[in-house]
Amino acid sequence: MPMPQHHDKRAIVVGGGLAGLAACVRLAEQGVPVDLFSMVPVKRSHSVCAQGGINACNDIARQQGYSEWEHMDETLYGGDYLADQPPVYEMTHWAPRIIDLLDRSGVPFNRTMEGMLDLRLFGGSLYKRTHFSGATTGQQLMYALDEQVRRAEAEGQVTKYEFWEFLSPIIEDGACVGIVAQDLRTMQIRSFRAQAVAIATGGCGLVFGKSTNSVMCTGGAAARCYRHGAWYGNPEFIQVHPTAIPGADKCRLMSESARGEGGRVWVPRRQGDVRDPRQIPESERWYFLEEKYPKYGNLVPRDIASREIFDVCVNQGMGVAGENQVYLDLTHKPKEELDRKLGGILEIYEKFAGEDPRVLPMKIFPAVHYSMGGLWTTFTPEERAADPIADRAAGRDRVIGMRYGAPNTMMTNIPGLYALGEVNFAYHGATRLGANALLSCIFDGLFAGMGIANYVADEAPDVGATHQSVFDDAVKREEALVDRLVGESRSGESDATDNAYKIARELGVEMTAASTVVKTGPRLRQCLEKIDELKARYAKIRLVDSGMWTNQNLSFTRNVGDMLVIAEAIALAGERREESRGSHYRTDFEERDDERFMKTTVARFNPETARPEIEYRDIVVGLVKPRARTYGKVEATVPEANADKTPPTGENPYSDRSVPREGTSDEAKRPPTPTPSS
Amino acid sequence: MVRESNANAMQLTPGAKRTVRLKIKRCDGPGKPSYWQSFDVKVAAGEGANIISALQDIAANPVTVDGQRTTPVVWDSGCLEEVCGSCTMVVNGHVRQSCSALLDNLAPVDGDVVTLEPMSKFPVNRDLFVDRERMFATLRRLNAWVPIDGLYDLGKGPTEDPDTQQERYVLSTCMTCGCCLEACPQYEKETDPAKWDESFVGAFAIGQADLFNTHETGGRLKQKRLDELSRRGGVSDCGNSQNCVKVCPKEIPLTKSIAKMGRAVTVHQIKKFFTGK
Repeated sequence: MPMPQHHDKRAIVVGGGLAGLAACVRLAEQGVPVDLFSMVPVKRSHSVCAQGGINACNDIARQQGYSEWEHMDETLYGGDYLADQPPVYEMTHWAPRIIDLLDRSGVPFNRTMEGMLDLRLFGGSLYKRTHFSGATTGQQLMYALDEQVRRAEAEGQVTKYEFWEFLSPIIEDGACVGIVAQDLRTMQIRSFRAQAVAIATGGCGLVFGKSTNSVMCTGGAAARCYRHGAWYGNPEFIQVHPTAIPGADKCRLMSESARGEGGRVWVPRRQGDVRDPRQIPESERWYFLEEKYPKYGNLVPRDIASREIFDVCVNQGMGVAGENQVYLDLTHKPKEELDRKLGGILEIYEKFAGEDPRVLPMKIFPAVHYSMGGLWTTFTPEERAADPIADRAAGRDRVIGMRYGAPNTMMTNIPGLYALGEVNFAYHGATRLGANALLSCIFDGLFAGMGIANYVADEAPDVGATHQSVFDDAVKREEALVDRLVGESRSGESDATDNAYKIARELGVEMTAASTVVKTGPRLRQCLEKIDELKARYAKIRLVDSGMWTNQNLSFTRNVGDMLVIAEAIALAGERREESRGSHYRTDFEERDDERFMKTTVARFNPETARPEIEYRDIVVGLVKPRARTYGKVEATVPEANADKTPPTGENPYSDRSVPREGTSDEAKRPPTPTPSS
Repeated sequence: MVRESNANAMQLTPGAKRTVRLKIKRCDGPGKPSYWQSFDVKVAAGEGANIISALQDIAANPVTVDGQRTTPVVWDSGCLEEVCGSCTMVVNGHVRQSCSALLDNLAPVDGDVVTLEPMSKFPVNRDLFVDRERMFATLRRLNAWVPIDGLYDLGKGPTEDPDTQQERYVLSTCMTCGCCLEACPQYEKETDPAKWDESFVGAFAIGQADLFNTHETGGRLKQKRLDELSRRGGVSDCGNSQNCVKVCPKEIPLTKSIAKMGRAVTVHQIKKFFTGK
């Protein structure tokens, strides 16, 4: 079908995961040629790691009483009311359409006997609303979009720059007019013009050393935008998954189902006991979760599990073999039962830990998993009539979503510079529900992609007329940085014992200890001092490799500089937020404080001091009022005086369940914990 | 696929340190000569040390066993969970992902040597890092996508029976890693992109053609894909060594796809002969 062509106008997408690929396909369809930049072949992007699934309301759940509105409510509740509400409304209401599109695109979703899409239950909901494709849903969704981009590439609408690294946005008269990027093979640095630039580069797990993230998830691209004036929202909100397999190179997820099937968490009672765990008698094992939480035992909610494991290892030094690890023991279960119920996940453990979890207890530890925070983005709210089906639980006539096609959709504070997917701060608030990540990434690409196309067509400055010197100067600045790093390595004869790899390791250890599961003001201030020390050391390091062909050392060293910048924003924002909310848990401020902190943290980089400046912005609400986030925990006190009641819900004529929907009983109906994606 | 047993690792005392020597085939860039360097790394048993963590240790302190300070070894990696395909290389003579290559299994004894080489069927970019662009070019040529009408809201996709879904799912776990090509006697290194269209497409590509031909909408481009597989370098170039299926880390039944596509190509060619289209 004929499309308007904007021959003289183009868009740049940086990052080829779900968000970036979805944006490419949308822009190409709208007739905007795209230059797609990625440090890796896009098919190898981090989105492939997602296993669990993608949430969306569906026909069956709808007939059981579920709705898009409920999906929105769960997402806001799970995120502890830190997210702006209209974007969450729009995302959850688009979700069923996104599933249809993926289905049409050939994703091999699991099927029922009738050939319909099969569904699974995920945390944070009572309804089956998670679509999945084997144990590799992220990979399958990625490939479907990768294939559509390949088609657009074959048709000449998308040009890929793979093994290219984004170095900086080019900003002229306050608007983004292009980027500087480097070919990671030839090491050539050059500029690219575009009417709009979309950053879709994912999270910053590597700031914490070993995380569940892929090796390119340094946060480098976000840091470079932040350094050039883009605001960074909610940096302190980092999701930690309680059970990961600590590896020598990274951490890999271990599904919660291992505990669900009877796995017991323990450490030796004697500190530093290095005996074979099979030789340690029952009386010398400390089942600390069962001891502290007799009611929930090993199945305490994830955030509690993470905190207890962390406390036992980091604060008490009781981890197995003195390391940050505890046993997750299934060896008391019959082998055939384990194989039948947990075969797939036990094989993953066996493959990467090299030990048979049917014979030896697994060693696990919480691991950084997802960045809720990221580049600050905006949108255009749109008030409209409530949908009689999707919003039947809303109990209201009017709702607020996002205006489709508005050019500012997911635009940063810099016109023409967008942020899509995990790299932005929208949607997930203070913590993310499992199987919402894939949704938010694809939604961003498809929905905001239309806004970007409109910006390119109607609002972007005449980038073609921008003087060439603007682009040349931007290239020279980046070349100067490389010359400085390489030049230093060539001059000076002193022994180069310090390097970026060492600094990255120390940063990871420090950030994991101070700014993940349990935080306190004093510890975060200590962490900020450590970051200062590392920054000072970073300023003096030399490149180990000064060659100018496929110099990974240069790329990594540059990224470590950016990781230090992001780390400082994370730690400082965490120190300033004197409350506990979602993933952010302060032992010195254990309560959620809506009065002071139901606000978005905005970190701005001050180029004079090279430090972040923190301020707070009001959250866009208007759909649901905050409730206490207890997930039915019996001992939790619900501050009814402060907690506004949920809006009354409409009767559901199709529901075959009677679910109480008022006050605390509404809380009680929820399962014990939100499920970070696994 | 071939995996070493965990039997070695099970004998090790957790935490016990030993030295593993990595013998690495290096190359400074395209057209440059290859050379070998060896590095020693300290490994603690039972901690999941793998080729990646060993290479990371070398990067942090790139000194050879001869005490020579050198450049960090260059390698390609991504997810480190055996799902992105990036870190594929030849380990002790066998092609595989290096992230799942555990040193406790490969080198359980103090002083054991592990040999690392780049894949030989692709141009070396540097050291262990090769350029697999030819694989993606092959996917473009094969129209390896479902030709949807666009991103508009057009309702649900076609229903599919669970058995077909399971067949497609396995094919769709192909991560374009190149193991099947490295092990294939018929697949040859070709540095000139102009000649890619005439050279054997390889097992992964035949599996992908099968994947898309099996989907209702994807099958609308079946004729185009069969045309490509009928040409020189197509499915008939397969020598039936069956190495591909042995090395595939995802255990994709590639030989089944080859047989299936072989029959489809024959039917396609006969039909073309009689009908002219």
